[in-house]
Amino acid sequence: MTASEPKLVCRGVWKLFGPNAAETLDRLGPEAAPAALAEAGLVPAVRNVDISVGEGEIFVIMGLSGSGKSTLVRCLSRLIEPTAGEILFHGKNLLAASEAEMIALRRHEMGMVFQHFALLPHMTVLQNVAFPLEVQGVARAEREARAVKMIGLVGLAGREEAFPRQLSGGQQQRVGIARSLAADPELWFLDEPFSALDPLIRREMQDEFIRLQSVLKKTIVFITHDFDEAIRLADRIAIMKDGAVVQVGTPEDLVLNPVDDYVREFTRAVARSKVVKAGSIMSPADGVASAPSVAERSSVAEAAPLFREGAEAVAVTDAEGRVVGKLDRAAVIDLMLGG
Amino acid sequence: MARAVPAPATGFGLRRGPLLWVVAVAGFAALWLWGDAALPWAFEIPRGWRPPFAGWIGGALDWLTDEADFGLFTFRELTRFVSAVIDVPYQVALGLLSDGASVFGVPVPPVGWLGVTLLVALLGLALGGVPLAALSGGAFLFIAVFGQWTSAMFTLASIVVAVPLGVGSGLILGIAGHRWKRFGRAIVPVLDLMQTIPIFAYLVPILILFGFGPTSAMIATLIYAMPPMTRITMLALHRVPGEIVDLGRMIGCTRRQMTWRVMVPSAQEALMVGVNQVIMLSLNMVIIASMIGAGGLGFDVLSALRRLDFGAGLEAGFAIVALAIALDRLSQAAAARRPPELQSGGFIARHPFVVAALAVLVGATLAGLALPAVQSYPEAAELSTGSFWSEVVAYINVHFFDAIEAVKNAVLLNVLIPVKRFLIGLPWLGVAGLLALAGWRLGGYRLAALTGGLTVLIAATGLWEEAMTTVYLCGISVVFAMLIGLPIGMLVAERDRLWAWVRVVIDTIQTLPAFVYLMPAVMLFRVGDFTAMIAIVAFALAPAIRYTVLGLRGVDRSLIEAGEAMGCTPLQILTRIRLRLAMPEILLGLNQTIMFALSMLVITALVGTRDLGQEVYIALTKADAGRGLVAGLCVAFIAIIADRLIHAAASRTRARLGLADGGAHDAA
Repeated sequence: MTASEPKLVCRGVWKLFGPNAAETLDRLGPEAAPAALAEAGLVPAVRNVDISVGEGEIFVIMGLSGSGKSTLVRCLSRLIEPTAGEILFHGKNLLAASEAEMIALRRHEMGMVFQHFALLPHMTVLQNVAFPLEVQGVARAEREARAVKMIGLVGLAGREEAFPRQLSGGQQQRVGIARSLAADPELWFLDEPFSALDPLIRREMQDEFIRLQSVLKKTIVFITHDFDEAIRLADRIAIMKDGAVVQVGTPEDLVLNPVDDYVREFTRAVARSKVVKAGSIMSPADGVASAPSVAERSSVAEAAPLFREGAEAVAVTDAEGRVVGKLDRAAVIDLMLGG
Repeated sequence: MARAVPAPATGFGLRRGPLLWVVAVAGFAALWLWGDAALPWAFEIPRGWRPPFAGWIGGALDWLTDEADFGLFTFRELTRFVSAVIDVPYQVALGLLSDGASVFGVPVPPVGWLGVTLLVALLGLALGGVPLAALSGGAFLFIAVFGQWTSAMFTLASIVVAVPLGVGSGLILGIAGHRWKRFGRAIVPVLDLMQTIPIFAYLVPILILFGFGPTSAMIATLIYAMPPMTRITMLALHRVPGEIVDLGRMIGCTRRQMTWRVMVPSAQEALMVGVNQVIMLSLNMVIIASMIGAGGLGFDVLSALRRLDFGAGLEAGFAIVALAIALDRLSQAAAARRPPELQSGGFIARHPFVVAALAVLVGATLAGLALPAVQSYPEAAELSTGSFWSEVVAYINVHFFDAIEAVKNAVLLNVLIPVKRFLIGLPWLGVAGLLALAGWRLGGYRLAALTGGLTVLIAATGLWEEAMTTVYLCGISVVFAMLIGLPIGMLVAERDRLWAWVRVVIDTIQTLPAFVYLMPAVMLFRVGDFTAMIAIVAFALAPAIRYTVLGLRGVDRSLIEAGEAMGCTPLQILTRIRLRLAMPEILLGLNQTIMFALSMLVITALVGTRDLGQEVYIALTKADAGRGLVAGLCVAFIAIIADRLIHAAASRTRARLGLADGGAHDAA
């Protein structure tokens, strides 16, 4: 996925709260130390962040509360004005866009889902979902037809005339998702969309999200504080701490090569076999041509049942079906026990 | 909004605090006892030192009315234009409710009493079901049966016009204050002043600018009723969740869409509280506004009071109460109402109430043409209790005169007069110093500058004696109100069902216009300070009870259980735990009690007090705008000093309790 064209690029983005933030940052330079900022009375929320999100990618920003992830996602859509840096969308710098251009961009290119749903209490489900189109001035019949379609897509058909207060949390967030998709945006921001839900519902909604994305193929920036959720959904993850990005990588990268103890601490409880791909722990192929095979991109956990049937080693094949390596029973057991 | 100033280090401050106060009070006492000869100006500011505030204000008003010219039109033309514009909807409402109108030469009859009553009941049915329909319809029926219909419709017409205007302008100001923070910060102190200056004080300028009549009464009502709406709007918009604001921006709302499609609808519930406030304040203003030509029920009450016809006054007063209760409950129901489920079907099925209302409107109007009894309530069926009330009062006065008189004189001689003498004798310089010291101890130098400065300003107007009389009357009434309210509050706080009943009572009491309290007091005690005190205590009792109960009920249950587990007696739990932790809330209750007392105080000028209220009232009768405004501002200053000091004390207490949670455990 990373090979695809970057759709959204964020370079050297800073957000500092406090007086004369921009001037102070200019003076201190892009490597400004937290202590120097604190001395100037500034609170850094986002520090010198560089990320790029590819077309059709699910990019998860993961961090604990106060790590600046919500501020960062709001900088990306310019809900919050970054103090410094540039944000390129289709190669165009959003920070140079005029107010009118931003309104047009947000109307047509961006959708956002909120942690606490942000449904308007005085509107029905249908009106809520149609609201972004109503704001754009789309005619009633057209916007309602579109909204009905979206409501069907998220599995709420038949509840169009209900009010938000009559729905459960999970259903409310389905409305929020339908609304964020109503204008068919390219860029989809989800700010901790499932954090306010019960664990069981959260899991169900994650599955729903994966299903939707397999149909829609949006470019997604997904915020969460839940590492398991990040692992489950992400193509790539950026881990944030104190406003800075600590590491960016695929779930597998993070689990196998954490850059520091902070990242390692998150990965500790993760079941490695579900994250690590067969291709990552295979050894060179020698004489397993007849053994059963697994794809390079499947997880080790998916390959495991083959060993139960008695195989000592399993062939690993690439996308074209050529054997590129073998997976030893010992290597799999080591990984599973070690994780 | 003053930023918190770092308090002096606690340990040091605690030890230094009492000593400081002893020194200050000793200095004050010395000044009071022996300073008269040495510093006479500390007791009464020499005339030469007093800036002629009243003259300045009067001059400015004269300039506005006589000379101010904006090129295209003069200021006077502007004010006349505003009255004319407001007059249009008023005439329409009046025509509908009472007078009938003539449209293109065709006379259209008014809706008539039956039609209006049915419409109100229908509205009640739509908003709150059968009980509300019965209550609101019943209130209007009551008005008709007791022969107050014509006056009540005059009053209702002005309310019907003033409320949307007040809500609309309050909303727009509030939105502006929310959008432009600087503007918001600028209008808050203005709102403070508007809400604390007694209404009488700005009647005269309005009279001068807009003339005598219902429209200027409506403008006065607007000025009085709008500030809470502005405040609530700013607060409600501020409280719209950040995510909703983000949503509005993310879907690309323009500023106008953001305000009207996202923010205002999201804040709807809180805004409806503001609407209710505007309605109640407008009703509160009914009687006072009749002094500058509002007519209607207010005028009936006022003229009855003037000719001491208590029965008639009480009946008109009851009609105002009925109107107030009906409108209050209707607007509260409207605020609590959720958006309706959409009904399918034709227009009639979807809008049953609209259709029914139209049917009633047309039916009653047509029936009124044929049957006069439908249009105006038949006189033969009217009841009057006026003479009954007059007889009750006469009976009490005949049989209990001595007892009442004895109580009144005892309180007057032993409490009121000594306190009054003491307060009036205090030197302004010393009082200003003590208040500044209190301000400094409670909230830092800014508060000190405010409290001290405002005190000096009051003294500089030359109204020191009147101001101290105000403080005395207000102070004694507040003490009595707290003495009665605190025990009641303690009694009901732990009893849920009793509290539910008491709350209904104090809610109702608070919806009654202040004048209502004055009438029975005057009937029993005639005019004078004692009567004023009784009326003020009755009016200010509600907040004293309410805040005590809220404070006591808000105390963390686990702390009380901890006390019980340690074997505290109920008394110990009350005094050692609950009252201590409820203290910040009780202080705020004290604050509200003072504000209520001050607003009532001005009205009691009608029964012959000698305070700032009287000064305002005299200025009103003489149409002396400067004098009235200066005295009014003095009342506002007293209110602001009390308000800021108590708020500072409450937040300090709260901070200390937050720190001393463990201490409370130890003490228990």
